[in-house]
Amino acid sequence: MIRVQYFARYREALGLDGEQLNNAEDFATLDDLRQHLLARGGVWAVLAEQNLMCARNQELCSLAEPLAEGDEVAFFPTVTGG
Amino acid sequence: MNIRVQTLAFDPGAELNALHAANLGIGAVVGFVGYVRDFNEGREVGGMFLEHFPGMTEKSLGKIAEEAGQRWPLLNIEIIHRVGRLEPGEPIVFVGTSSAHRQAAFDACAFVMDYLKTRAPFWKKEDTAEGQRWVEGRCSDQAAAERWQKD
Repeated sequence: MIRVQYFARYREALGLDGEQLNNAEDFATLDDLRQHLLARGGVWAVLAEQNLMCARNQELCSLAEPLAEGDEVAFFPTVTGG
Repeated sequence: MNIRVQTLAFDPGAELNALHAANLGIGAVVGFVGYVRDFNEGREVGGMFLEHFPGMTEKSLGKIAEEAGQRWPLLNIEIIHRVGRLEPGEPIVFVGTSSAHRQAAFDACAFVMDYLKTRAPFWKKEDTAEGQRWVEGRCSDQAAAERWQKD
């Protein structure tokens, strides 16, 4: 199982703050998981943005990051704190 | 090291003083305060909401503070970041660093802010006359963070 969270503009665009995916073994990397979500079409195209950021287990990472059962991942737009 | 993510307001002057009171070996304290402006990207801003990623936010700020402590001989470091509803003129963020000498405190403070702006999971949503809008990341913030990776 992989827990996925969406934040800020993405959360609003998707109308969803998170979900659980039960087929963790299908995703070798975070990008595999993203491609799976993009294939849903429609509003999910927001995850194709160039400046998308992502995290695995609450640490920033690249889309090439490998995934494992039990991971918690997050997708979000460029951060704007400070 | 003190990291706080909170909805409550804070007093930047009191935070700055507290950084020095802790240690008489401190020769320099540098403080940065970021405020909510009433104008951004050509529009008046009536206030904002700051969203964050609870858990990751505290972790990432801690990691940035730790890295600053590895790069410079700091005696103390404090990061306060507010979340939730904020009005123009209110402080959003405080970064305070203390050291025996000024340069380490200056540099570490700038480093923490540059990294915080590009790596800590906060998102601003502003209120304007045309409605609410998400603030977009700036290339200049990315460039500011990258300058610390050159050496």
